[in-house]
Amino acid sequence: MTDKQAYLQYVNRRAARSPVLRNCAAAFWVGGSICLGGQLLRALYRALGASPDAAGTLVSITLVFFSALATGLGIFDTIARYAGAGTLLPITGFANAVVSPAIDTKSEGFVLGVGAKIFTVAGPVLLYGTAASVLYGLIYWVYVLFS
Amino acid sequence: MSLFYECVAAFCVGGLLCVVAQLLIDLTRLTPARILVSFVVAGVVLSAVGLYEPLYRFAGCGVSVPLLGFGGALARGVREAVHTDGLLGVLTGGLSAAAAGTTAAMMLGLLCALIFKSRPKRA
Amino acid sequence: MGHIWEFEAPARVLSHASAVGREEFLGPLGSLFDYHDESDRFGAKTWEKAEGALGATVFNLALGRAGLSHTAIDLLLAGDLQNQCVASSGGLSVFGVPYLGLYGACSTFVEGLLVSALALNAAQPLSRVAVVTTSHNCAAERQFRLPLEYGGQRTPTAQWTATAGGCLLLERGRQGVCLTAGMAGRMVDGGVSDAANMGAAMAPAAADSLVRWFRESGESPTDYDAIITGDLGQEGSEILSDLLAMKGLSLSDRHRDCGVLLYDRARQDVHAGGSGCGCCASVTAALFLPQLLRGEMRRVLLMATGALMSPTSVQQGGSIVGIAPIVRMEVLEK
Repeated sequence: MTDKQAYLQYVNRRAARSPVLRNCAAAFWVGGSICLGGQLLRALYRALGASPDAAGTLVSITLVFFSALATGLGIFDTIARYAGAGTLLPITGFANAVVSPAIDTKSEGFVLGVGAKIFTVAGPVLLYGTAASVLYGLIYWVYVLFS
Repeated sequence: MSLFYECVAAFCVGGLLCVVAQLLIDLTRLTPARILVSFVVAGVVLSAVGLYEPLYRFAGCGVSVPLLGFGGALARGVREAVHTDGLLGVLTGGLSAAAAGTTAAMMLGLLCALIFKSRPKRA
Repeated sequence: MGHIWEFEAPARVLSHASAVGREEFLGPLGSLFDYHDESDRFGAKTWEKAEGALGATVFNLALGRAGLSHTAIDLLLAGDLQNQCVASSGGLSVFGVPYLGLYGACSTFVEGLLVSALALNAAQPLSRVAVVTTSHNCAAERQFRLPLEYGGQRTPTAQWTATAGGCLLLERGRQGVCLTAGMAGRMVDGGVSDAANMGAAMAPAAADSLVRWFRESGESPTDYDAIITGDLGQEGSEILSDLLAMKGLSLSDRHRDCGVLLYDRARQDVHAGGSGCGCCASVTAALFLPQLLRGEMRRVLLMATGALMSPTSVQQGGSIVGIAPIVRMEVLEK
């Protein structure tokens, strides 16, 4: 084990793995429950007379609201430590990624702190999601043009 | 389709998507940020090839609440905008469709920054 | 040709103090620290200032224990983990003591002890020197990782930056607990680039320093009551043991790691253990120094370990360079 590669192999081999089964079980039931909650909310908004599209949007806003509240109260990260991808992947994770830097960077001021840093975590999702949609839009535009 | 059936489908499909993301976190060297980006882009691609909408009809919030749905919304928005506005729609469609969730997150972020102060992590 | 400095005039530990945050207080050593703040804020508005206040707290406590005023201190050696060491300058500037800011990542405490021994061994030596190092979990999370409220999981090899600080006051003298020799570490790049496995990044430097120390001094680990490492954590400690075994060296039951001792890993979710400039400093001041003073130990080797990196270097995929300076502490009788 004289060279770096051998050392890295040794380090990677011995490093304890995350408890995959436990993590997956937690991600499944928490993530599934958030989606289930969304489905129930959707049914509620539909029953109150919202159109299918509006109901979907209202579900997103409601989930974003509860995630922001949990983040502000300091309980989101405790839940996420247990749930992993179960809270990360649903829109709850996106909301937490926007709200957490906002609270955290308040000490640097509302312009250069909150204003400039609010998308430090969620920025990649917005940028590359939008970029993918623009690329798709261009292809679709050409497709519509010739069909 | 009964509400019960919708709920079971949303729970199972949403849960399974989260398991896929968890496996990517635990078994690969991908950082969570890269995984989220992959899911959004995957949502756009699935919608482009016409798979997202059938999936959504089957599992409802099970696909729309995970970030896949963000991608699906972006793709659908751009598709509809291209039909109504042509080339301009390429630029306006995506973000318009995702505006509600994004704006809500931004405004709540600002509001939370006003109300709450940061707390120490607990071990 | 040697790398070990034997001090002509030993540096005597005049006074010591430690202070910690909530998690450290809840750990197995909790009752040993001189001061703790349940809120982790130390009376400051921001986490960065809290770390500065923590440094001022331990400095004041050490002065108080020695019955000295800060004007009796000729040189202040301090360091922390924040960019440009602003915790030390922000928290300690009020004292008006001549200051050298140090950076050795988590190894800064022993770096400070080495420099203090130099200052006390000069041709025209200073009479009293203070060494203060601090780290704060919240400030470190913000600078090196993610916002505090961000929800994520950490890998089992990750370490927990301690909210802790320690201070030693030293003077020339050969009675009581003294620093009698020291050695600077070599910068060792083991090729590890994973900031969530700092134990593995620092262990090669730790092994290099110990091998050089024992080869050059002709001593063996059994000549010491304890060989104390700063913050290798569980992962790094086990790797160190493997690396040393390959060089035919065994620390046997003498190895103690401050990062492992600071928390109860079964009860506290700190993964591989504690880290940070304050980890080694607070545990040394709260646990090992009193043991030496009470005569429960006579001779120890204190080696702090540092992972030299920045958030930018890690994002660019650069490997983390390790460093491990050593100081020998022993009880001398007149």
